[in-house]
Amino acid sequence: MQFKYKIAGGDFTNAGNASSAVKKILKQLNVDHTVSKHIVVALYEAEVNIVAHAYSGVIEVNIDKNQIHIILDDKGPGIADIDQAMEEGYSTASPQVREMGFGAGMGLANMKRNADKMLISSELGKGTKVELIHYLKPDEG
Amino acid sequence: MKTIKEIAEIIDGKVLCCHEKSDRHIEHAFASDLMSDVLTVEMDNLLLITGLANLQAIRTAEMSDISFIIFARNKKINSDIIALAEETGIMLIESPFSVFRISGELYKAGVKPVY
Repeated sequence: MQFKYKIAGGDFTNAGNASSAVKKILKQLNVDHTVSKHIVVALYEAEVNIVAHAYSGVIEVNIDKNQIHIILDDKGPGIADIDQAMEEGYSTASPQVREMGFGAGMGLANMKRNADKMLISSELGKGTKVELIHYLKPDEG
Repeated sequence: MKTIKEIAEIIDGKVLCCHEKSDRHIEHAFASDLMSDVLTVEMDNLLLITGLANLQAIRTAEMSDISFIIFARNKKINSDIIALAEETGIMLIESPFSVFRISGELYKAGVKPVY
């Protein structure tokens, strides 16, 4: 199963709509509640990151019986130093993003904590790609 | 354990939506204006006390399985916020008290902290 969502940079009114849709899908698929919560929390932080930092982005959610693989691909400024961006407390968020209750430098760390596997690649001036992988059967994953 | 209806009375609160949850009991609460902080809390069915009155507070509650939000200090809660809360089944209460006072009153009434 595959689902795709388009995300507009700066559109805080709709930030979270994709994550909300995925949450409903996971509920319909009877995915374990704790696993589902980890997925949607990581996805929501990632979705907010696109809205906060990029010009536009696409979220692709691939679901099979063993794993949920989410790819967030954005067109934006990119991340200059991914290791630095991963440090808790480091943030380049605008005052507007902070007014929304984000921008404390916790997003990437929250995503990593909630995902079984997270991959980030970025090109300055072009954009960032984040992959979040959650195994549905952790013992076999 | 207090019901959310009793808690609303303690903090001079006005229920904005989802009255049907009035008889639910509240065991734990968490207070923050930083949504990333809220998203780190693993516990479900929490009560969130916040001064942040925007759509992201509702979305954050939805992702975190938080069923109740108290907005402190008479924040302007617009109809979009209430509509999203109704859609996601999150009960909203507004209170004239500060986050500090709401937290203190609830703690006194036996509501437990997460950490």
